[in-house]
Amino acid sequence: MPDVIEQQDLYVSSFRALERKFAARDPRWLSRIRQEAIRSFAELGFPTVRDEEWRFTNVAPLTNVMFQAAPDETDSWKGEGLERALAGDSPDIRLVFVNGHYSERFSVIRNRAVGFEAGSLAALLRQKDGALEAHLARYANFRIHPFVALNTAFWQDGAYLRFPKGLVLEKPVQVVYVSTADETPLISSPRTLIVAEREAQATVVESYLGLGPGVCFSNAVTEIVVGENAVLDHYKFQGENERSFHMATSQIYQDRNANYSSGSISLGGALVRNEVNAVLDAAGAECALHGLYLVRGRQHVDNQTTLEHAKPHGSSRELYHGILDDRATGVFNGRVIVRPGAQKTDALQKNRNLLLSPDAAIDTKPQLEIYNNDVRCTHGATIGQLDPEALFYLRSRGIGSEDARNMLVYAFAGDILERVRPAGVRAWIEAAFHARLAQGLSPKEVL
Amino acid sequence: MLTIKNLHASAAGREILRGIDLEIKAGEVHAIMGPNGSGKSTLAQVLAGRDLYTVTAGKVLYDGNDLLAMKPEERARAGIFLAFQYPVEIPGVSNLYFLRSAVNSIRKARGLEELDAFDFLQVSDGKMKLLGMDPSFRERPVNAGFSGGEKKRNEIFQMAMLEPRLAILDETDSGLDIDALKTVADGVNAMRSPDRAILVVTHYQRLLNYIVPDFVHVLANGRIVKSGRKELALELEEKGYVGLETTVAY
Repeated sequence: MPDVIEQQDLYVSSFRALERKFAARDPRWLSRIRQEAIRSFAELGFPTVRDEEWRFTNVAPLTNVMFQAAPDETDSWKGEGLERALAGDSPDIRLVFVNGHYSERFSVIRNRAVGFEAGSLAALLRQKDGALEAHLARYANFRIHPFVALNTAFWQDGAYLRFPKGLVLEKPVQVVYVSTADETPLISSPRTLIVAEREAQATVVESYLGLGPGVCFSNAVTEIVVGENAVLDHYKFQGENERSFHMATSQIYQDRNANYSSGSISLGGALVRNEVNAVLDAAGAECALHGLYLVRGRQHVDNQTTLEHAKPHGSSRELYHGILDDRATGVFNGRVIVRPGAQKTDALQKNRNLLLSPDAAIDTKPQLEIYNNDVRCTHGATIGQLDPEALFYLRSRGIGSEDARNMLVYAFAGDILERVRPAGVRAWIEAAFHARLAQGLSPKEVL
Repeated sequence: MLTIKNLHASAAGREILRGIDLEIKAGEVHAIMGPNGSGKSTLAQVLAGRDLYTVTAGKVLYDGNDLLAMKPEERARAGIFLAFQYPVEIPGVSNLYFLRSAVNSIRKARGLEELDAFDFLQVSDGKMKLLGMDPSFRERPVNAGFSGGEKKRNEIFQMAMLEPRLAILDETDSGLDIDALKTVADGVNAMRSPDRAILVVTHYQRLLNYIVPDFVHVLANGRIVKSGRKELALELEEKGYVGLETTVAY
């Protein structure tokens, strides 16, 4: 078992092995960013529980596994199990990535409006160099975050979506990252860039799924720019298998009156961490962050959110619900920062947790940092068990104890699930959630 | 239908029921009256299978079967229904979903075909009308944000949908205005039938003007201290429980 320092060195040396390949493909600005990112990873190293932001999440289980980057075998892949991974009805845009590589065969791009760009980031890099340079790696800070640094150094591909000014899309755009890991643990570094220009309106569903029985590690970074008066609804579904690892950062930048909402549904794994950081960097921006996590067995899930109100008249709503069974553990750490200039900020944050077993545990830490006194901010966290009165009430009507329990758990989750707006996507997520809930104590796979 | 013999039950080490004997036959309506703290609600909850109470002695036979060995859901499927004194609020579960699950789990246990959404709506429309309930009730979460009267009405609506053989009404009248009381009583009376028994638990005689019982029992300090015909309720109304409590010898 390699120790942590050796593992760090391994990541750095595997970058050295790849850098010539990257350099042949990348524009110079990107090569510089990759170099800077790997340097910053070498300096930062893997986080430890001594780092405040990682106090309750020990990454040792992750650093103990020797992962390999999967070769690009998308041409020979038959798409086994992919149908389970697809959310809702036939989309106009669906970008599918297999072990980090773009699959043209299983992706769908049709009825694309003029000016709307959607496709593989690696491919578009060759055509849209300038447009990408303005945004890529400008928001997610690889200088302070080791996993963002690793992604920035290593990413091979991912989705690029640019919604041009005024475009209103009805159908959700799907971005699907699947892993097919079997015996060899596989790492991928999906990189997503979404730019919604002024007055554009769109919905994006980003999902991460394990279609193979093996261990995978998705180290994902998604950068999102929401332009003036634009509306972006973003759903992220995390559903690799229970032995897998998932580290993801969504970094959102909001312009004036921009409206962003996220729904983060996380079905757990050996170690899962979802970070969502939004900066409301102009007046009148609105942000809603909703999350639901369901873990069991010995899974661990960590949700970190930062909402930064930098300018006046912003509003944010945050609601995360967690369900933990068996010996599963969870973390919720929600920071709301109100900068001195952000008068009339209206922020509400709530984290509720349901513990289904006496051995499950959650560390929840809502934090308000307010540097301004003309604001309205509330926050709170609760931890509770299923109400025995309610269970008895349901059973006294003939409903079996297992069904009664699931009904109450489902009701608790329903507060979040009902906020998933597109009906097809909601039905798909509900089905996955139900399946996981019905699996009993030793879940094999998600779907 | 129901035979209770020398039933003793306690909660948190304190004995509440101290030897109840009661026989209820199909088609009969029994009322159990008594002062606060006499054990009326405990008896109702024990019959429905609430695990808050421990039965320390005695037995209960339902159609000749050992009722106390059955889980709450098994009792419900066998035809026992408890209208709760304090119906539980369950936010996030719609009345419709809840009740259809209940109806179908009971129908399944009885070997009947499950009701599909359309049939369920049809059947429930009629019963809601009878109870003066707006169909929008179905869409609302179970009891959440309901007024006291709405909750009680919802209990009777559930009873009408589940069609129990033994219905136990625990203080269904408390907190109701006279109009609501009449509606609820009409709903209960509509269900009286030769093969169904009803046990009404109440503190007040008022309800018994509308649901007229065949037998009245007075419960005090965990025992039935007096039983009689419906006239007993009127007698209690006049004289109160005071004399009866003191007649209990230890």
